[in-house]
Amino acid sequence: MTKTSSENALKKDPTRRDFLLLTAGAVGTVGAAYFAWPFIDSMNPAADILAQSTVDVDLAPIPEGQAITVVWRGKPIFVRHRTAAEIQEAEKTPLSDLIDPEPDKERVKKDHTPWLIVVGICTHLGCIPTGNTPTQNRGKYGGWLCPCHGSLYDTSGRVRRGPAPLNLVIPPYTFLTDTTIRIGMGEGEA
Amino acid sequence: MKIFTNLREWIDYRLPVFTFIDRELTKYPTPKNLNYLWNFGSLAGITLMVMIISGIFLAMHYDPAADKAFDSVEYIMRNVNYGWFMRYLHANGASMFFIVVYIHMFRGLYYGSYKAPRELLWMLGVVILILMMATAFMGYVLPWGQMSYWGATVITNLFSVFPFGDAIVEWLWGGFSVDSPTLNRFFVLHYLFPFLIIAVVGLHLIALHQHGSNNPVGIECKEPTDKIPFHPYYTVKDLFGLGVFALIWSYFIFFNPNFFGEPDNYIPANPLVTPPHIVPEWYFLPFYAILRSIPNKLFGVIAMFGAVLVLFFLPWLDRSKVRSATFRPIFKWVFWTFVVDCLILGYVGGHSPDYIYEATGISNQFLGQITTFYYFSFFFIMLPLLGMYEKPLPLPASISQVKHPKKRKRFFVLFFLSSLSPLLGNDTPSLSYQTWSFQGPFGTFDRKDLQQGFQIYKEVCAACHGLKHLRFRDLAALGYTPEEIKAIAAEYKIATVNDEGDAIERPALPTDTFPGPYKNEQAARAANNGALPPDLSLITKARVGGPDYVYALLTEYESAPPKDVEVAKGMHYNPVFPGGQIAMIPPLIDGLVTYDNGEKPSLNQMAKDVVTFLAWTAEPELETRKSMGYKVLIYFLVFTILMYFVMKLIWRRVK
Repeated sequence: MTKTSSENALKKDPTRRDFLLLTAGAVGTVGAAYFAWPFIDSMNPAADILAQSTVDVDLAPIPEGQAITVVWRGKPIFVRHRTAAEIQEAEKTPLSDLIDPEPDKERVKKDHTPWLIVVGICTHLGCIPTGNTPTQNRGKYGGWLCPCHGSLYDTSGRVRRGPAPLNLVIPPYTFLTDTTIRIGMGEGEA
Repeated sequence: MKIFTNLREWIDYRLPVFTFIDRELTKYPTPKNLNYLWNFGSLAGITLMVMIISGIFLAMHYDPAADKAFDSVEYIMRNVNYGWFMRYLHANGASMFFIVVYIHMFRGLYYGSYKAPRELLWMLGVVILILMMATAFMGYVLPWGQMSYWGATVITNLFSVFPFGDAIVEWLWGGFSVDSPTLNRFFVLHYLFPFLIIAVVGLHLIALHQHGSNNPVGIECKEPTDKIPFHPYYTVKDLFGLGVFALIWSYFIFFNPNFFGEPDNYIPANPLVTPPHIVPEWYFLPFYAILRSIPNKLFGVIAMFGAVLVLFFLPWLDRSKVRSATFRPIFKWVFWTFVVDCLILGYVGGHSPDYIYEATGISNQFLGQITTFYYFSFFFIMLPLLGMYEKPLPLPASISQVKHPKKRKRFFVLFFLSSLSPLLGNDTPSLSYQTWSFQGPFGTFDRKDLQQGFQIYKEVCAACHGLKHLRFRDLAALGYTPEEIKAIAAEYKIATVNDEGDAIERPALPTDTFPGPYKNEQAARAANNGALPPDLSLITKARVGGPDYVYALLTEYESAPPKDVEVAKGMHYNPVFPGGQIAMIPPLIDGLVTYDNGEKPSLNQMAKDVVTFLAWTAEPELETRKSMGYKVLIYFLVFTILMYFVMKLIWRRVK
């Protein structure tokens, strides 16, 4: 190893040397981080998958008391035509009885109260609750029943018995006409 | 801090990783006189890692089925976030890898790095080369274009010369021709082999560290002062080399991504049509030339494999005790002749055997035979004889006593540049070159041309040609609003099935791809006199000459063919089209469409607009690619300059 006077000269000027080394290190690190980003981002949904974001549903054929399942972004969406009794039941439930308190009127669109549109995925661990077809068990509260761990939902899609912590999620949707909705597009979005 | 020291010691006592890193990476004594040619080993290692990383992420989106592979590659290019970047990084990376490895090997040859006690080090390197060749070949098959398919057919057929050849070839194919099973296994092996390469690289490094690096003088380091620790001296030098290398690689990715590729590979594989010029990738051309120059099938194949396998015996064919060519006056010349010979072989491999060189009157076939003869005589005649009869110059007592003439470095720069020479001088047809808004490093698509070009496609070309890789929503790049795109999409019909199971048609949505004009290939051929109108999504990338070719094809129809040309029924004479006869009627005439701005559409204007539009459909990423390219080039320029000064600073200590 040859340590010479030039190195001693270097030591006398530590500011310049440190600056150069630190800059080089920082530039290298930033570069490595930027190099990683395209690969990480490539695993995000591709452009065409992001673009498939809306589904139009015709409500006319759904009789009162029944529900259908449509697929939006690969998830089941429950579209339920509620009876007057079910609406009344949902509206008069006191908020103090709820695990995740939320009034029914915030879960449906004004003037379209018979229509409950929820993402059909249990908020516990992602199973699909039963109760969306007439033959399936709707549970004690007349909504849905999750077969995995027994969570119960009411006619407003609100959780009434755990282990699920939250109400069924309301997807963004808009009434295009009185009998057509577009899921994936919120109120006021063109 | 003490807790870290303790933890480090606790781990190191049980698993000596820190001792290992310290001994093999930090303190590892390295000759102090290594020149820049010694950078290529670490560059090869870095390239291998980048190829594996980009390959893994590409494999997450690639679909290895014969009817899906080509489209899935286009899907990566157009829809996956940064997909075009990953693919161009990977595709150009293969070429970069071979450039680096070939220079690394020629360096070993020049400085005698394969001589005792480094024979196994060299042989492991040859194993890596063979694994790389297999990996590169199978990787080239994956895009499932015409070159992929026919390359796979030709290379697998090489094995038919061996005993039970037909059975071997069918076993390789998993069928009676290259098809889905072949593609699927090639994909699996293409993914596996790089990890085998990593393992052999590990052995290569163990063998290297046993006796340390050779050096330009070629004598063992005798004094302790002849060696310096690897870190920081060679780590920083390797980082500087990496900066220069990354600049070159980035240039190709962002500004010339298809330089090393063949336009034919943007045509989907067709088992019934072989392209007229089938050539392997440039890094196989010398071996391909050896195969073709021997007019016997069996001996041609043996010679080709022999050209690689002979490298295993190099340490014993070279009888000279002196390593470095610096002290071997005759070998030096023989070496450079050999380098030139390899380059000529590469050139020969890229051209048809019947090609005649005007200046000398010799055929390409004959030139290939001379150069093949020299290739083997270098190993079997020159090297053994030189070992016996060459009189080496006196060797210095230690590596510190030699000062290197600067001249050699220039030689190597020249060599590096000329190693790209086989790529030049392809037989491109003579086309008149147009000025395009999107050409050059700063070019962007002219939006007015794009919209008018799309109008022409819609009103003229779409009657027969599809655009299947394009989605309606992609038209946003042309400047259309979401409402306009919705209206354009609704003009097209998509076949689908209703709730009763009946086949119906619905209006297209912005998320749909452009539906083709025909139900299927048979319908397309029946409507066009047996000819199949090609899909236009990739047309400017899939033809030699690109946009200039398409422009010339559209504008250079001749109503009166030359007297000696008999135009078949239903065909039209077009000198630009290979063979001169094309089924497509002259599609554009003056004033065929009405432009919104009232401009009078001349034939040339219309051709220019539609070609601009088609260049966009082929490379929708072009503008993003170039603007990202500038940022990357500037970054690596700063990185390289910084590393250069850090290197100078650190190396000041070495006398």
